[in-house]
Amino acid sequence: MAADFNWAVGGEAGDGINSTGKIFAQALSRSGRHVFTSKDFASRIRGGYTAYKVRTSVDTVRSVVDRLDVLIALTPRTIEENLPELHEGSVIIYDGERTTMQDVEVPEGMFGVDVPLKRLAEEAGGAIMRNVVALGAACEVAEFPIENLDSALEKRFGDKGQKLVDNNKEAARAGRSYVAEEYDHAFDYSLETTDADYVLLNADEAIGMGAIAAGCRFYAGYPITPATDVMTYLTGRLERYGGHVVQAEDELSAINMALGAARGGARAMTATSGPGIDLMTETFGLVATSETPLVICNVMRSGPSTGMPTKQEQGDLNHMLYGGHGEVPRFVLSPTTIDECFWKTIEAFNFAEKYQLPVYLTADLSLAVTERTFPPETFDMDAVEIDRGFVVAGDDVDDHLTESGGFKPHEVTDDGISPRAFPGTVGGAHMSTGLEHDEQGRRTEDMGMRVEQVDKRNRKVDTAREREDWAPREFGDSDADTLVITWGSNEGALVEALDILADEGVEVRVLSVPYVFPRSDLSEDVAAAENVLVVECNATGQFADLVEHDVLERVDRVNKYDGVRFKSDELVAEIRATLDGVVEA
Amino acid sequence: MSSDIRFTDFKSDKQPTWCPGCGDFGTMNGMMKALAETGNDPDNTFVVAGIGCSGKIGTYMHSYALHGVHGRALPVGTGVKMARPDIEVMVAGGDGDGYSIGAGHFVHAVRRNVDMSYVVMDNRIYGLTKGQASPTSREDFETSTTPEGPKQPPVNPHALALASGATFIAQSFSSDALRHQEIVRAAVEHDGFGFVNVYSPCVTFNDVDTYDYFRDSLVDVAETDHDPNDREDAKDVILDSEKEYQGILYQDAESVPYHERHGVDENMSDIPDGAPADATDLVREFY
Repeated sequence: MAADFNWAVGGEAGDGINSTGKIFAQALSRSGRHVFTSKDFASRIRGGYTAYKVRTSVDTVRSVVDRLDVLIALTPRTIEENLPELHEGSVIIYDGERTTMQDVEVPEGMFGVDVPLKRLAEEAGGAIMRNVVALGAACEVAEFPIENLDSALEKRFGDKGQKLVDNNKEAARAGRSYVAEEYDHAFDYSLETTDADYVLLNADEAIGMGAIAAGCRFYAGYPITPATDVMTYLTGRLERYGGHVVQAEDELSAINMALGAARGGARAMTATSGPGIDLMTETFGLVATSETPLVICNVMRSGPSTGMPTKQEQGDLNHMLYGGHGEVPRFVLSPTTIDECFWKTIEAFNFAEKYQLPVYLTADLSLAVTERTFPPETFDMDAVEIDRGFVVAGDDVDDHLTESGGFKPHEVTDDGISPRAFPGTVGGAHMSTGLEHDEQGRRTEDMGMRVEQVDKRNRKVDTAREREDWAPREFGDSDADTLVITWGSNEGALVEALDILADEGVEVRVLSVPYVFPRSDLSEDVAAAENVLVVECNATGQFADLVEHDVLERVDRVNKYDGVRFKSDELVAEIRATLDGVVEA
Repeated sequence: MSSDIRFTDFKSDKQPTWCPGCGDFGTMNGMMKALAETGNDPDNTFVVAGIGCSGKIGTYMHSYALHGVHGRALPVGTGVKMARPDIEVMVAGGDGDGYSIGAGHFVHAVRRNVDMSYVVMDNRIYGLTKGQASPTSREDFETSTTPEGPKQPPVNPHALALASGATFIAQSFSSDALRHQEIVRAAVEHDGFGFVNVYSPCVTFNDVDTYDYFRDSLVDVAETDHDPNDREDAKDVILDSEKEYQGILYQDAESVPYHERHGVDENMSDIPDGAPADATDLVREFY
């Protein structure tokens, strides 16, 4: 792999760190280099340390590393925070004329580049451009052609007028020239450019774009870090395709609005994070038992409660799998990379409608605040397929009526999938309810029908297991004795770790699991390996529990769910039958 | 829509389990008649209901319907209407569903002014859980959970609606069948959020707010010089704690419903078989 280059800009929240970092990332992307970005940030609008980091290479980059080559430090704290990542030869760009930076000492072995950012920016048209001066300085330090920065500045400021764009270009050149003139120093870096075209996006954007591609027309949500970008992306864009985005009064409302739209026949979605998932759980059971197709995106962050809202965690797995009272099937998809977030979003909509149930689409903070480059054809819109499942209209409605003419939206079928009629369909009028219901959706407490409906809903999972491909993504040496299993966003770091381990002579097989439920049975893979590690960003190993669950075959299950308690004579019969079975076997 | 729709077409084959004499029978009849009179039929109507005695209404009516979780009927109705502007949406609930657990949604549904109707069966009591105070119960109304009364003033739903920017606020009485039907019909026809609070007496658990009480005390604003288009007039009757009023208390003649303000007018159930034709433009935005 070609050498990578790690760059960051850091300061206080409110210093324009994000937009500065994004401009540089875009400049790199436009120069045909791969980019992987990350952010250090706190849950506040102003103040507090924040940084935008960019890792770049001419090869694909899939994760972050603990190394920083060039740092633009707007505050002394930026240097302190990044000391562990800075190394011999790292370059720190700072403005020694800034009051707070006057006494800054560049750590030994590193190279300080003191540029009067504010003064040069003022000369170019305004102090606000001081970060762009710093970007120009960085171009000189990294031997990166400044024309790429021009292109990113045009994208960023183009709609605000040519004058602003020109001023910014001038500011960047002022920074570059200052370093060239004042520092007669050979820096260690030279960023090669290529002819490749890349797009640069984060997971929330990939999910939003996937939703539009999939025909989502309705989105309701409530702002929450780190899921808000999904709503921000869709706002204004969904409308172009005849859809609508609503900012609801809370997550309770958001999921109910999405449920209403889905009952209306729209592909509907909401996105939130842990605290919002808690609220939505109230309505989750209704969505599932009324067999309403709905995509619920959970961009996980560190919990419980308010937890660490701007930090990474994969702690909601059990909640998504089991959250809500009672039992009802749901799917849990866990795309492992930003591009997979796009494709899995489309798949989530198809699954939701084919199997008429809620689908949790899981991402996490580390995917959401990371932008990565991809060749544009990664998002091939011609390859998007839409399957709306079993929808009936016209004469077909007649095949699904009771003798008295009532439509059967919960018809008991072999594969568990019942016909769906959108409002406006003649003869399709029906009730949907959170009460246990009969085939027509009417309330029932009939023990037989209860069992039939529970079984029918669960049968959809069996059907999906048969009809769809739930395979994990495999990396590394398929014959290795060591098996590493992971789910969600850890794939990138793990795949890079594989290369490093292989260089050190350690062969590892990696299974990266994008489907948590239903999921492929990994018991044979586990049995074949000597060492099995499950890698996940949580304290208790929630996915590891699932792997152990799948491997274990120890108990016979005696279940009853018709609404009546166990009776002693019934249990005698059950236990006897089990024992007889053991004896016979 | 066919012209020969009768209100009985909106009746399901399930027999109501409401107590004999419950106000909800009359409330529901009026709703069905209003829907039929406004040219709707069960296949283009969506009824949303919450939890409580009122919540059962979706079961007894025949239409597309959702019987949701407690207090969230309005967001569901909002979603249906946004996705399907071509469908008539009517939301039903009770005083507990609408003004207690769902009070937050009520305020915002009013503000949004989505073109749908909201009929609240207000019996000033929790009936299905067998007689606890509701948000509209009187301050001294004794129940199993409030032995000396709630000792807090009841919610004034009309005032809450007015303060939230309502464009249609009405009050009816389930027993005054014709007038109730007329008022619900006006709510259905209103361009925006048509809110009707219906006094729908509970004959089992409320011996204060009875049929006789409402019959004796209700003043119909249509029989006074009340101007429903005048917000000041509306404020006067809504804040008058001495009297009970029925009729259209307030209607904004200039009401612009949500879908017009936001340009939401497409049937969202209708989508192409693949990605939208120009979807590649979305990818290009990320260059």
